Order: sequence, then structure tokens, then C-alpha cells
Amino acid sequence: MQFMLLFSRQGKLRLQKWYVPLSDKEKKKITRELVQTVLARKPKMCSFLEWRDLKIVYKRYASLYFCCAIEDQDNELITLEIIHRYVELLDKYFGSVCELDIIFNFEKAYFILDEFLLGGEAQETSKKNVLKAIEQADLLQEVSTQSVTSEHLCKCIATPQ
Amino acid sequence: HLPSLRVQVLIRTIRTARTQAEEREMIQKECAAIRSSFREEDNTYRCRNVAKLLYMHMLGYPAHFGQLECLKLIASQKFTDKRIGYLGAMLLLDERQDVHLLMTNCIKNDLNHSTQYVQGLSLCTLGCMGSSEMCRDLAGEVEKLLKTSNSYLRKKAALCAVHVIRKVPELMEMFLPATKNLLSEKNHGVLHTSVVLLTEMCERSPDMLSHFRKLVPQLVRILKNLIMSGYSPEHDVSGISDPFLQVRILRLLRILGKGDDDSSEAMNDILAQVATNTETSKNVGNAILYETVLTIMDIKSESGLRVLAINILGRFLLNNDKNIRYVALTSLLKTVQTDHNAVQRHRSTIVDCLKDLDVSIKRRAMELSFALVNGNNIRGMMKELLYFLDSCDPDFKADCASGIFLAAEKYAPSKRWHIDTVMRVLTTAGSYVRDDSVPNLIQLITNSVEMHAYTVQRLYKALLDDISQQPLVQVASWCIGEYGDLLVSGQCEEEEPIQVSEDEVLDVLEGLLVSNLSTPVTRAYSLTAIMKLSTRFSSVNRIKKVVSIYGSSIDVELQQRAVEYNALFKKYDHMRPALLERMPIMEKTATNGPTDIAQTNGETDSTILDTKHLPSITHPARRCNYHICFCLAGIPPMTAYNKNGLKIEFTFERSNPSPNIAVITIHATNSTEADMTEFVFQAAVPKTFQLQLLSPSSNVVPALNQGSVTQVIRVLNPQKQQLRMRIKLTYTHKGSPVQDLAEVNNFPPQSWQ
Repeated sequence: MQFMLLFSRQGKLRLQKWYVPLSDKEKKKITRELVQTVLARKPKMCSFLEWRDLKIVYKRYASLYFCCAIEDQDNELITLEIIHRYVELLDKYFGSVCELDIIFNFEKAYFILDEFLLGGEAQETSKKNVLKAIEQADLLQEVSTQSVTSEHLCKCIATPQ
Repeated sequence: HLPSLRVQVLIRTIRTARTQAEEREMIQKECAAIRSSFREEDNTYRCRNVAKLLYMHMLGYPAHFGQLECLKLIASQKFTDKRIGYLGAMLLLDERQDVHLLMTNCIKNDLNHSTQYVQGLSLCTLGCMGSSEMCRDLAGEVEKLLKTSNSYLRKKAALCAVHVIRKVPELMEMFLPATKNLLSEKNHGVLHTSVVLLTEMCERSPDMLSHFRKLVPQLVRILKNLIMSGYSPEHDVSGISDPFLQVRILRLLRILGKGDDDSSEAMNDILAQVATNTETSKNVGNAILYETVLTIMDIKSESGLRVLAINILGRFLLNNDKNIRYVALTSLLKTVQTDHNAVQRHRSTIVDCLKDLDVSIKRRAMELSFALVNGNNIRGMMKELLYFLDSCDPDFKADCASGIFLAAEKYAPSKRWHIDTVMRVLTTAGSYVRDDSVPNLIQLITNSVEMHAYTVQRLYKALLDDISQQPLVQVASWCIGEYGDLLVSGQCEEEEPIQVSEDEVLDVLEGLLVSNLSTPVTRAYSLTAIMKLSTRFSSVNRIKKVVSIYGSSIDVELQQRAVEYNALFKKYDHMRPALLERMPIMEKTATNGPTDIAQTNGETDSTILDTKHLPSITHPARRCNYHICFCLAGIPPMTAYNKNGLKIEFTFERSNPSPNIAVITIHATNSTEADMTEFVFQAAVPKTFQLQLLSPSSNVVPALNQGSVTQVIRVLNPQKQQLRMRIKLTYTHKGSPVQDLAEVNNFPPQSWQ
């Protein structure tokens, strides 16, 4: 995967994960063009489109579009499953996730994504394991915000699997 | 000073802004506060401030002043700080800025941190955005972690290694030892990422590929276990166990089995098993089937397995899910050349997809349809394709029209059918037809001698209906100019001949000249057509009048033609009949003909229609015109060289200020299939002459006469001696250099006398 974008029906960006090095200017240009293209698609059209030399896979969940750019050899259908898995993870984490959750807790959305994908590929195929890791990391974060004995507690919580 | 806003409070505040200006004001205010907080080196709120900055960055506002702060956060001992710091680094920093290198040391320390979640953060960041320098510095640490027994870290290290290899391919070797027992892991995360790592290595290095072929049995076993194992709640997706891992294994098997008999055989059974046993009711099952089909088609599989794969694609075409139909068409397009007959069996389903609502599906169906057209199905297929042309998106019409022309040319069952098909395209999609179709159609019409009367009649009738579609109008004008005599004498045999007078025909052509819908090129065609009718019609006076009017046209092209045609009526009237006589049958240049591919599995004769290449000839009307021009200058053009597909013609002008200087323009054309590049023309003349060679128009002579290289030579001949020249040609053709020398002795006397 080269990048993943989440945006609303009005075209507002809610998350952007880039797995290829591009300048801010280029990212903005790509985002603008792609958002426009996807929003112009009619409901009867399929979830795939060719854009530049990439394959775009997108799916709408409620008010959010999840949009991935994959390479020629990547499997479009399994990418739909990847998107779906991410949505499930968000849903489990936030409890019936909606766009507002992602707006107000955008950093959490990134943290969850970063436990699921790394460098554009799935690092963990078990839903349970991703959620467990996030849970543990959140706990670690809570503990570390208490400035007392944080280092000691860090060591306790960090159990190898 | 004011307490720092919490992130969520800021977000809520910004969202209350009613205008862009209001939002910008809020953002600027907050950024100012954040900046001063950064300046004060406030440790407590740095994390919160960077988080706010990241939110504002997502809205599109600049946040570069937070980059160094991210680095400070990463260096902090607090986990919260590190989490936001690394996130900020991934969002705000990129490898083009040197500042990113400052991360390297922090990442190195964190890769060795006692807390695995900190190690995880650094692995993730490195694997997402690590530059080549960072990867070089830290590859050793990644390699160490690839060997750890901690599966949480091991899976991340594997993907991090993938990134390192992509950035610094030379480092691939160092990861080889660590791959030894990766596939023995039970943990699916590690298995999945290991397969991705192995795939990356095999794709990059043929040596690695041969080395890893021995893993095929193990991969087959793992895949088998996934399929046969009972329900595993942790990895289940709609009744399928870990589809992500299954797909990646199938993809790796594809790479390992390609071109290798033994490996292909070893995976044959499992592929058949997956192909027949996978549940197809949901997307996830179809995703696996799709990957399986791709693998079957790419490796050396038995013919039975290949047919099975194509049939899966055929079933996909009937699936309600348009995504499935889409991937089916894409895959069929890839295999239509090698498994042509198998794909033919699904032709009617493919043709049905022309009526699909989705643009991408329609396009693929169109491309596939063209690939499947052959001598047996041409009539039926053409009906469908013409119907499609009528109703398809404007974006497709040009490609569709080109494809139809090409198919018609290859498989037309009769000349009449061919002309009718061409007519249908011109009348329904005439404005979308490519420019180079016009000369090709002209050639087709010229060479269909027995159809001239029928063609000109149909084209004339089409013009009566509609003069807006320029390619149609151009072809029609040309045709009427050539065969107008057949039109008025009512010689059509194929259908009821129409009654039309010379005046009516001239009305139509003159109408084109004055119409706003006509482009300059179209007007030129019309004028020339009118002129040609002067030797075919009796109303010569009317034609003379028209031609003389356009002698003062503001369109330079038209004016030039009109002036020359006027001269044809006056001074050169004796030449007029010869110049304007019927065009002879034109030699066809090589086209991209059907390519016969030797089939595996004994399938024969596939034909490919490459819709992007069209046969092409030098534009006959244009050619006719420049010959007239230069004839009228008094000095006929000559062919100086014509060998191996390279033809060089010389045309002449007298240079007015000095009649001792002959200005020669060379026109180099190339009738072969490959471009002639690095083309250099050199000339030498005897001592009594002087020669000046100006710059050429280009140094590529395009293939198939699709253009020419021109260059001007000025020859000073004060002693008015007979002009002789030695020329040297050098160029590269199909990768080989070519050189030739020639004497040019056939200069017409007028060029030097």
C-alpha cells in the first residue's frame, strides 16, 4: 500500500497515512485530486479505479470514505478486507465508532492503524492481538503521565508475548 | 500566561468556526501560543501542543515549526511523549529534510528499549519513513530483532526489514540468515510478515528466488493447515481462516512456481484444492480465489487447472458483486493472449458486461471484446461493439472507434460490410474518430474500387444530414471530389441510386466552405474536392468562380490553394486533367498484423488486436497538394534516395534575391515498422559549388510514414554547372547503426540552369 486516506463526504481529511516519501505539496495535490475523483463516483460503481499508475480501492462506511492506493501486484479484493478489518478495530475500540470519534481522537486512530499495518502491509492478522496491544499501550500511557515511578511501572506492564 | 488548551477543547473550538476566515484566525492564535510555549521549552505541555499542531496540520495549515519538538518528544522518557513524538515525526518529517537524521540515534536507543511498546514505536516509524541513511545505520538493529523470540517484535522487524531492503537493496543479504526459521513460527503475525519479507527478497533477486524455492513444500503445508483446520476464532473471517495469510502465501507461491516445473508441480494439488473448496458467497472467499487464479495462470500448471481457473473467472463475471466482475475482467485481459480459446468460451458474458453501469467494467469489457474478435465471430461481435459505440461514454468513443476500424480491416467478411461499418462509425461517432483515421479510411475507400459509387453515395447522403463531425466531413469531401462523377451519373449498384445534380453537389461542398462548423482542415478538403470536380463535372465556370473567390481568403492555407488552383485554370490548364485524375490504388504499408503465439497446451492461433497501433500511409490529399504546389513553382520534386524503407525526396525553390542559389528541402520518410533515430543527413558537392545545410526539423524519422524529417540545403552555383551531390545517411534502426552513401545525379535541369 502506498497510502491510506480517510475523508468525509464533504471532502474533509480525517486521517492520512503515507507509506511513500512525498513532499507536503505533493501530498496535498494528490489528496485534493483523489478526494475529488472518489466523491464524484456514483453508488453503482465498483470500489476500484485506476488513477495515475496506481490502483485505488475505496469504501464508504457511514459518513467516512476509506481510500487506499495499492500497487499493481496487490490484490484489490483483500484490500477491501484490510479496510474492513481496520473499521472493525476502530469499532471495537471506540464502541460503535462514528466520524466524531475519529475527529476528536485522531491520534488514537493512528495508533490503532500503526498496530495493524506497518510500512503498508498487515503486521497482525488477529483482531484480538491488535486490540490487546493497543490496550496495553494505552495503559502504559496512563501510567507514564503520572510522573512518579513511571519507569518502574513501564517495565512491569511490558510483558513479552 | 494562559493555560494550554486541551487537544479536544481546541478541536471543538475550531469546529465552531463558521467561515474559513474565522477558522484561520483561531488557528493563527493557537499557533502563536504554541510557538511561544515551544520557545519557553515547556516540557509539560509539549506533547499536548504537538498533538494540537498535528490536528491543525491535518486541516491543511503549516506545522513545520513543530518538527524539532517531535524530536524532543521522541527523546523523552515518557511513553506518552514518545507516542505523540513518533506520530508527529511520521506526519511532519520526511527524508528530504536533514532534520530527520536527528531521529536516528533516538530510534537506535528505542529499538533496544526495555519496553516492547517503545521498541514497537521505533520499528514502526523506521519501517514507515526511514530514509536510506537511517536504514543503513539501523539495519543491524533490525536484523537482531528479526531473530528475537518475542513475536510482537519479530513481526514488526520483518516488515521493517522489507522497508530497509526497498530503500537500500544492497543490504538484503544481511537478512538472509535470520529468515532461516521464520516459517516455523506458529504466530500468524510473524508468518504473515515473514511471507511478505520472503516475497520482497524473491522479487528483487533471482539468487534469493532459487534459494527460497525449497520453501515451497513448507508453504504448501501451512496453506493446507489453514484450509483444513477447524474453526479458529482468532483468525476467522466469515468461515475462512486467516485469509490475509492465505493470499500472501498464494502470491509467494506464484513467484516461486513461475517458470519452474518442479515447484509448479509441488503446488498443483493445493491450488486445485483451494480453487474448488473456497466459499464464494462473500468477498473474502473470492479474494482468495482471485489470488489463486492469478497464481495458476502464472506458473506452469496443468491444462486442466488452467481451464478451472478461467472458469472461475467466468463465474466471477456472473457475480452480482461488481467488484468481482471488475477483477474478473482485469484477469481475463491478462490471460486472453495465452489462453485464448478458454476465454472465448466466455465471450457472450463478456459482451454482456459492455452494458454494465460501471465505467471501469465497461472499458475492460470493451478491451477484452476487441481481443476476442476473430474471423468467425466478426459479424456478431461488430453488432455489439457498434451498439456499444452508440451509447458509451465520450471518453471511450475514440478508442472504440479505432478498435472497430482495426477489427473491420482484419476480418471484414466483404468490402460492402467493411464500408458499411466504417460509415456507421463515422455517422454515429464521427467527431471522436482519431485524426489519423481519415487518411486510413481514404486509402480503404480508394482500394475498394467496386464500391466507389456506393461509398460516395452513402457519404453524400450522410453530409446532407450532418456536417458537424469533421472526420466524416473530410472523408466525404475527399470522396466526392474523387468520385463525384459516379454520384451524379447514378451508377450505384448496391442500393437505389440517388438523383443529384452537379449544382446540388457543389452546393453541399460550398456549404462546407462557409459553415462555422468546418475546421480549416475541412475547408481545405472541400476546396480541393471542388477543384477536382472541374475535370469530372461540366460546370467548370462555377468552380472557377469559387476558386477565385478564395484567392483572397484570410485563411493562408485556403488562399494558397486557391491561388494555385486559379493558376491551374489559366497558365497551367494543360496540366489540369493529369494533376486531378483519379488516385491509383495505394500501396499499403505494413500494419501491425495478427500475432500468432505458439500456445502452451496445444491451443492455436490467438489473434491480438492492438487497438493502439493503426496502419498509416502518407496522407494522400496532402501529398497531392504539395505536389501541385511545387509543380507550379516549375521545378518538379525528385526522389534522391530510396532504400531499405528510407526515402528522401528533394523539393526545390528558387531563392529570389539570388537566382544562383537553389534552395532544396529534403523530406525523409520511413516506411519500416521501427523508428529511425539519431538520423543525420550530410551532403557534399563538387568544388565549384558551395553548400549550406540548415538544421533539421528533428532527428527521428517516425515509422510507417507517420511523419517526415525536413532539412533545408542551400546550394550556391555561380558557374551554373550541372548539380551533383554525394549524400551520407546515418541512423539507428532497431538498435543497430546504419550508414549509407549515395550519389544524387538526377537533379532536374531547372534546378541548376
